[in-house]
Amino acid sequence: MFTGLMMNTWIAATIVAVIAGVVGFFAVLRGSTFAAHAIPNGAFTGAAGASLLGINTIVGLVVFSVAGALGIGAAGRRARHDVATALALVMMLGLGALFVSVSTEYAQETYSLLFGEVFGVSAAEVLPIACLGAVSIAAIIVLFRPLLLSSAMPEVAEARGVRARRMEISFLLIMALATSMTVPVVGALLMFSLMIGPAAAARSFTSRPGLAMTLSVAFGLVTVWTGIVVSYETNWPLGFFVGVMGAAFYLFGRAWAAVRRTRAVRADLAAPVGAAA
Amino acid sequence: MGHFLTYVFEPGLLASGPVRVAALVGGIVAITSGVVGVFTVTRGQSFAGHSLADVAATGGSGAFLVGLNQFWGFLAFGIGGAAFLEMIGVQRRRGRDVATGVLLGAALGVAALFLYLGSVTTSTTGASFTVLFGSMFVISTSTVPALIASGLIALAIVITLSRVLLLSSLSPDIAAIRGVPVRAVGAAYLIALAVSVSLSAMVIGAVLSTALLIGPAATALRVAKGPVRAMATAAVTGVIATWLGIILAYDSYYWPPHGRGWPVSFFVVGFVAVFYLLSYLRVPGRSRERACSPAS
Repeated sequence: MFTGLMMNTWIAATIVAVIAGVVGFFAVLRGSTFAAHAIPNGAFTGAAGASLLGINTIVGLVVFSVAGALGIGAAGRRARHDVATALALVMMLGLGALFVSVSTEYAQETYSLLFGEVFGVSAAEVLPIACLGAVSIAAIIVLFRPLLLSSAMPEVAEARGVRARRMEISFLLIMALATSMTVPVVGALLMFSLMIGPAAAARSFTSRPGLAMTLSVAFGLVTVWTGIVVSYETNWPLGFFVGVMGAAFYLFGRAWAAVRRTRAVRADLAAPVGAAA
Repeated sequence: MGHFLTYVFEPGLLASGPVRVAALVGGIVAITSGVVGVFTVTRGQSFAGHSLADVAATGGSGAFLVGLNQFWGFLAFGIGGAAFLEMIGVQRRRGRDVATGVLLGAALGVAALFLYLGSVTTSTTGASFTVLFGSMFVISTSTVPALIASGLIALAIVITLSRVLLLSSLSPDIAAIRGVPVRAVGAAYLIALAVSVSLSAMVIGAVLSTALLIGPAATALRVAKGPVRAMATAAVTGVIATWLGIILAYDSYYWPPHGRGWPVSFFVVGFVAVFYLLSYLRVPGRSRERACSPAS
């Protein structure tokens, strides 16, 4: 399980989980989960297009995910945000369907671009993932405070001179950067589950941003590592374990939050009675 | 002109059985999606609509696995997904998209498993492509009556409820004061959405059914005055996009690369997008869509 080829899998998956945890925290906080679903799908189309034209896959990935991010950002200014995202998504997937059906090697290629090929990571693929991951995390760190402010309290952020639109576009671009590297490894659909599940669960446990982000990364790592072990043993796809475990973490977080709320209410109800007696 | 028309409408277009079925079923799906979509866009539930399509597709691949007719797999998972969304409170704006996202992530994971098991047991590698992107020209005629019936059910629910639904979409508080059971109306609507989406997911593909749900409705809300006209415009726009898409897809068998044809989904999405962009040419500066949407 820890031989040469599997080591690449472990390293790549760990990097992906860290990136997804950090970017996903903001995606959940800003409520841009739909964009988190749309942009990796744009990257899928880019990869399909690149393989059709015979150019480097990375070029296709970056071009389409960045175009998707800019499209969502630009269209979101004039139309309703979810409508703009939905239309950008279907346009990119429509093109993807065309690319895939015109190209010759379609079935297996589609499956691995959508659901990932995490057990076939080569050493040459690990380095670009690490670089782009570092760049997107660095960008998040630089923008951390204004991004957090404009995500949690948009009005306060505007008053303090943080441009909401500029933040939106920057965040979408970071997401595009993060997904364009990870899609060939974990697939468009898995990248989405990894961004949303752990981050949503983390938010149910704590409202402190730093802690929530750490928790989100930790949940992501646990999900991916467990997923790899079980997937290695059973031969079932990793995407299944990641998707289901993400949902399990989230439901556990929701239950935890509900229990804590009822306890707090009970304590509130009990306190005055106790004081009177 | 006559020559041009023969070029666009390839001879034999209307004589072809699959094309007739595709035109009929595609038309029904476009009408249902257009009408339902007007409320989806007004209520800001595009993401839920898209997620239900993917959840339904998971059911489709599950049905494929156990050898059932895919239609029932799509329908069962679509309605189950809608029930789950209702339970976790898709009606509340806050946290709604996150919960939808988690459901979608789980469904996609299960879809990956189903497709994997399908490829192991039956060694048909094309399944993932068909389930996700659909294939309008290979609808089996035996499912057509069931398709039509479920489309009519979705339409009937939405049209019956349209007045209360519109009120509770635009202003839930006023609706509640007037005695509208806002939550029940929302739940009924979600069921209609699930039926219509699983229908379209099966016909033009899970991923692209969102196009017919959101595109024509968003276009109509920009150009039409009032909800009834918006529903009619959305239905007509959707039908035109679907039929033009079918015609071009039929023609494309003569385009390069020779003999395979381009996917019909690509053309339908293309026309939907073009119509939406065209709606920006009309009435510059005045946005119907904003007028019809709740303050968010």
